[in-house]
Amino acid sequence: MKVTITVNGTKHENDVEPRQLLVQYVRETLGLTGTNIGCDTSSCGACSLHVNGESVKSCTMLAVQADGCEVTTIEGLANGDQLHPMQQAFMENHGLQCGYCTPGMVMASISLLKENPNPTEEEVRVGLEGNLCRCTGYHNIVKSVLACANGNK
Amino acid sequence: MGGSILGTRVLRKEDPKFLTTGGVYVDDMRDEPLLRGAVHVTYVRSSVAHGRINSIDGSDAMQMPGVLAFFTGADLGLEPQPSAFNPAATRTLLAMDKVRYVGEPVAIIVSETREQGEDAAEMVIVDYDVLPALIDLEESMASSVHLYEACGSNVVFDTTALGMPENTGDAYFADCEVVVKGRYLNQRVAPCPLEVRGAAAAWGADGRLVEWISTQHAQGAVAPIAAANGVDPSQVHIKTADVGGGFGAKIGTYQEEQLLGVVAKRMGKPVVWRETRSESMVALGHGRAQLQYITIGGTKQGKVTHYQLHAIQDSGAWVDMGTILAPFMTRPMSSGVYAIPNIECRTTSVVTNATPTVAYRGAGRPEATAAIERAMDMFAAEIGMDAAEVRRINLIPKFMEPHTTVIGQTYDVGDYETALDKTLAAADYAGWRKKQAERRASGASKQIGIGVSVYVEITGGVGTGEAAKVEVTDDGRAIVYTGTSPHGQGHDTSWSMLVNAKTGIPIDKVELVWGDSDLVPVGSGTMGSRSLQQGGNAVYKVAGDLAEKAKTVAARLLEANEADIVLDTDKGIFHVAGTPAVSKTWAELAVAEKGNGGLSHDEFVGVPSATFPFGAHVAIVEVDTETGKVKHIEHTACDDAGVVLNPLLLEGQIHGGVAQGAAQALLEEVRYDADGNPITSNLADYAFISAAELPSVNVVHMETPTPVNLLGAKGIGESGTIGSTPALQSAVVDAVAHLGVRHIEMPCTAERVWTAIQNAK
Amino acid sequence: MIPAPFDYKRASSAAEAIALVGEYGEDAKFLAGGHSLLPLMKLRLAQPAMLIDIARITDLSYVRDAGDHIAIGAMTRHHDVEHSPIVKEHLPLLAFAATHVGDPQVRHRGTIGGSIAHSDSASDLPATTLALGATYVAQGPNGTREIAAADFYVGFLESALAPDEMLTEIRVPKMNGATWGFQKFNRRAQDWAIVGVAAWKRGNESGVGLVNMGSVPILATSVASAIASGASIADASQLAAAEAEPQSDLNASAEYRTHLAKVLVRRALESSSN
Repeated sequence: MKVTITVNGTKHENDVEPRQLLVQYVRETLGLTGTNIGCDTSSCGACSLHVNGESVKSCTMLAVQADGCEVTTIEGLANGDQLHPMQQAFMENHGLQCGYCTPGMVMASISLLKENPNPTEEEVRVGLEGNLCRCTGYHNIVKSVLACANGNK
Repeated sequence: MGGSILGTRVLRKEDPKFLTTGGVYVDDMRDEPLLRGAVHVTYVRSSVAHGRINSIDGSDAMQMPGVLAFFTGADLGLEPQPSAFNPAATRTLLAMDKVRYVGEPVAIIVSETREQGEDAAEMVIVDYDVLPALIDLEESMASSVHLYEACGSNVVFDTTALGMPENTGDAYFADCEVVVKGRYLNQRVAPCPLEVRGAAAAWGADGRLVEWISTQHAQGAVAPIAAANGVDPSQVHIKTADVGGGFGAKIGTYQEEQLLGVVAKRMGKPVVWRETRSESMVALGHGRAQLQYITIGGTKQGKVTHYQLHAIQDSGAWVDMGTILAPFMTRPMSSGVYAIPNIECRTTSVVTNATPTVAYRGAGRPEATAAIERAMDMFAAEIGMDAAEVRRINLIPKFMEPHTTVIGQTYDVGDYETALDKTLAAADYAGWRKKQAERRASGASKQIGIGVSVYVEITGGVGTGEAAKVEVTDDGRAIVYTGTSPHGQGHDTSWSMLVNAKTGIPIDKVELVWGDSDLVPVGSGTMGSRSLQQGGNAVYKVAGDLAEKAKTVAARLLEANEADIVLDTDKGIFHVAGTPAVSKTWAELAVAEKGNGGLSHDEFVGVPSATFPFGAHVAIVEVDTETGKVKHIEHTACDDAGVVLNPLLLEGQIHGGVAQGAAQALLEEVRYDADGNPITSNLADYAFISAAELPSVNVVHMETPTPVNLLGAKGIGESGTIGSTPALQSAVVDAVAHLGVRHIEMPCTAERVWTAIQNAK
Repeated sequence: MIPAPFDYKRASSAAEAIALVGEYGEDAKFLAGGHSLLPLMKLRLAQPAMLIDIARITDLSYVRDAGDHIAIGAMTRHHDVEHSPIVKEHLPLLAFAATHVGDPQVRHRGTIGGSIAHSDSASDLPATTLALGATYVAQGPNGTREIAAADFYVGFLESALAPDEMLTEIRVPKMNGATWGFQKFNRRAQDWAIVGVAAWKRGNESGVGLVNMGSVPILATSVASAIASGASIADASQLAAAEAEPQSDLNASAEYRTHLAKVLVRRALESSSN
């Protein structure tokens, strides 16, 4: 089936199998491997990206469902060498270790602050309930998101 | 290290890549020329826990779209291989006669795409004669059905067979005023690195096998992969892409990785393999899984005089690394931080029809710590003494010379009481006890629990040192070759700091080479919290020696005496003492040495022993006594890892460790049904802990340098996990202790807590 | 992991969707946000041959004040239910329950209609709308009909919808100042409820829905009857599981679920939120 999907500002037209997941579309069809796959059950959030500006789990969305949508992946955040404030916050607060959950975590965190620009620590923790990390114990991820929120003030 | 970069909070060099394009993990290698045209391998896995294979029929699978080949063990001519830890146990890399756990590989599908392989795997028909599934450890010990008939028993390893003493039983405690016994399960958990396993293999034009693996130890994979492919180890080149976490489970080399080269050869094409999470949950090794019979005895005044532990280790369905953690990690550490004059520990490892167990963050030491700490709590409860006070009475006094415990393990340095005191103070232990008393008096449904643990562990127990090489390029960059292997720890940043401290070369001009068995042939990988104290130590020594070597070159170029040459490590330049205006750069020296084989130094730097980090944790929980629900509300951790290279990275290790330890105490457990079917085989069913279940961690710094390496550093990778689990479990029990509860098994789920309260009524 | 192959059609109206499902018959399934169906398909626990995507039927995404009740289009996402000022004002229990569905990413895709039509007793919104006395509107080839929530859930993952019928609207009576409570008891924040309770109370009137206390969402009518006849909340809550048939599973025994239901119903009813 033919789909037209704008990814990181570039419009792509592709013929996709209906069962192709959006995560496979960005990884395999477009070769954007920053978005990772960490589970089979929509549990881990490693595949989180933005569709029309909101975080979604791209393992639980078909590419055909994204037809006509604007998709942003981790690769589309920075402006040249200028990191997005959330990327910068993760860097400054050691919000990542092995890096595997990181793209999904950053995308989920940006969406979280968009909906709640001034969250409490508890709201950040609950807001990231759908993103699993095995390395950081979440401490510095939460710190990064709060730092980014404070930077927005 | 004042004035030096060492000990400072340097941000990670690694991060910009991970934050912008993401890491390049083994499944992301789109630009690798050797993998062009690669086909996909899918493993068909056993759906029964224990059974004899009558037949494997791949004919329907072969008819599926895109399927290129189907292989069984017979097709590949596989021969039984003995376990390294009990040679009577043998298996083939694909099950041929018998399957022993759900998830064991039985056949291979090769297809054009991964999805086609997944579709075809559903069509393979394996006919089994189902055998009784042995999941329960003690049932397996007693069973006449043996997983490995040639072993003659399901007990595959026992310390008494090594000549270590048998436990003497109850008579051991005859002189004790107080004796408490317990039977506790340190439950089976899943390591769950967020990146599951993956690998890719290609035979090069030179006839050598190149294989990329998501591993913690590339050099260790060479021999097993060479053996499986029937080639000399010199014909195998292992490479490591970015690795999305390991936690011990990616130390060893798995069947799936060993067979890829064989398949690539058959196909005449490169092959790639990546498991799904559902596969990973049953086929990546599990951790812990140790049943503990504990007896502790002593005086009513709180002095522990006797301790006895029988640890029954669940090996799972293969005699893998998990088998030997109990005898060689749990047993030596069984005395913990305590001066116990009489101590016995026997360990017995048993095979069961569950996923094989391997090392998992802490690997044998969390089990030792959980046992002695639980015993201390039980002893304290029995004599009615404060849990922190009982510990204090029994701590080994501060020692700055090696100390040997009665079980026979020598620790390097220790100051346990200071760790305990600092932690109790930082956690406001006394204040929480007061709040707890008030809450109890109020009769509120939500009660407060306070848990304390004090621990010592062994790090750098693997390897006797590490290889390092530093070479300086014509443009003044330093290339560092290390036998350790990062998968989140921040080696690039840390090793750059070490090189910078010795050479003055800026950290952004230091490049790290690792995980490549050709470029770094000697290396013990990253495991057992060994990286900094062995790998970093080697880099530090080699960089220092290189600087000395460079001074002779500088002396020649500056026409001065070598003794007069100064290396300005702020600027990375060499000059004659007193005349900094005339200087030589590293680049200039490297160019000058071109004809002499370049400017580099390499060396295997040995260390005399392991190190023994220690610390104390205090966990605060709130327990809803009506429902049993536990909320972890505060956590204070003091983990003394010796001299700290980068506090930012140290804290990150502690945070992550605490979360994994808390997960074991409160949430996570791998479970099977009575037929041996896994019932926690995805991340919806397995309760992988999330941010919402954890508090931020209050880290208390303490640095007691070790004398065993140049840096004074001990390991930090596993400490947080070791200290946190017993503190959490203890806190949960403490919250409901006034209701008559003495023990709750891990994970302390709401239902278990509620049931314990009901049973105590 | 990927679903087994299937064909895909996108409907731009309810009528078109119904025509399509009529054409493809029992092998066809409606796809809304996909957050119930796609996970099952990836694990190959569901293998429909045809998916009819109804998520783009934009005229089924709305929240309207319809006088005595609030009308919510079936394709309204959880996120929109959660943030709708109308729902927050008139159905605060539903708005709050919606914040507990899955995680933020799930709520950006999943729809109230998809969740209800999937009829999973472990889902939060079926039991919540049941407690609130909702009526569901189904559209079929022969027009529309109303189905009371109490008659809708007929078995495990089975609703009263005919194969060629589609859920189009959820009508929920306004709460009119009732106090309410929503209790979700789970292991991790993102998990399904081990037991969940949605309850409201206005004088002697009340409604209590139970999540994951049987093969279908449960309306705890005994509790409401007891309250109506003047029983205390504490006493009425003891009847919480009277209509339930809880199962034992990985996360809880039936006995524990029964206990939880009593505690959580009491807490939900005692809650003074309004």
